[in-house]
Amino acid sequence: MDSTTLVASLQESIAGAEFESAASVDLQTTIYASRDHVPAVARVLRDRPDLRFAFLAELTAVDFWPREPRFELVYILVSIEHRLRLRMKVRLHGEDAHVRTVSDVWPAANWLEREVWDLFGIVFDGHPDPRRLLMPEDWEGYPLRKDYPVQIKMTPRTSEPLQVTEQEFRANLEKDRLARRE
Amino acid sequence: MGLEFDIPVLTTTVEKMVQWARRSSIWPVTFGLACCAIEMMAMSCSRYDIARFGAEVFRGSPRQSDLMIVAGRLSRKMAPALRRIYDQMPEPKWVISMGACASIGGVFDNYALVQGVDQIVPVDVYVPGCPPRPESLIYGIVQLQRKIAQQHLS
Repeated sequence: MDSTTLVASLQESIAGAEFESAASVDLQTTIYASRDHVPAVARVLRDRPDLRFAFLAELTAVDFWPREPRFELVYILVSIEHRLRLRMKVRLHGEDAHVRTVSDVWPAANWLEREVWDLFGIVFDGHPDPRRLLMPEDWEGYPLRKDYPVQIKMTPRTSEPLQVTEQEFRANLEKDRLARRE
Repeated sequence: MGLEFDIPVLTTTVEKMVQWARRSSIWPVTFGLACCAIEMMAMSCSRYDIARFGAEVFRGSPRQSDLMIVAGRLSRKMAPALRRIYDQMPEPKWVISMGACASIGGVFDNYALVQGVDQIVPVDVYVPGCPPRPESLIYGIVQLQRKIAQQHLS
């Protein structure tokens, strides 16, 4: 599949969206899509009978700091039906690093977007479960950003934050006490 | 012992008896963090056979263990879990820091790893190596046995 023909046919399907075909060293079809149209493009890519990119193989990001736009999101899509692979990229500015989630299009995006948010700080609007995936939940900063320090001198924490609220903790304690009494 | 008996008995002190018992049956907790754990498993298996030194009973529960072998790099996210397992072990308990990563962070001098588990738990024996060979770890356990033999009860 040629990227220029794909860009032309996508532009017909989605009004107002901007696309750009890109040359790639490995000759894999690569396109750039604009940030605001990501969910619409995702639905077309998944649902159009001649495309059917039903499988989101990878969703990751690259930080090109200090260049702006700083981030590039990379969606690697596979069409099992038509034996196609597609690399879709989305450029994001550092001050405005958020994009609409595609986890309602491809459920696999849920954890991948959590990982990208965890490590790059790119916000996915409308994500059903926006928590950190790899780093501790109270971690500060986004480690895979290029301006993140490699070495940090700080004392490691030896206790975890309480996983329940104080009221729940007290209720559990009371329940346990009652069970022991019987 | 200046006493002499006609029957075959040995006399000793309670302290020596307890020291002997403790050092001859060190039960490590089954706890591996990274590639050092592979060497730890090799040490416990038939080729190197830590059973010769009485430390072969790897327990699945920290409640039944006296030794924690920190085998591998400790991430900051894992540190509370390690501390909790250590706290769950009954006294007396000992810790071996196995390998470069557990001892000082090793090659991973970055934000994600604890630079030495002695920031989290008190370490008795450091075993150098990357990873240490099973012989090194056996030597570390023998050193720990010597240390236990010198610990007084009171």
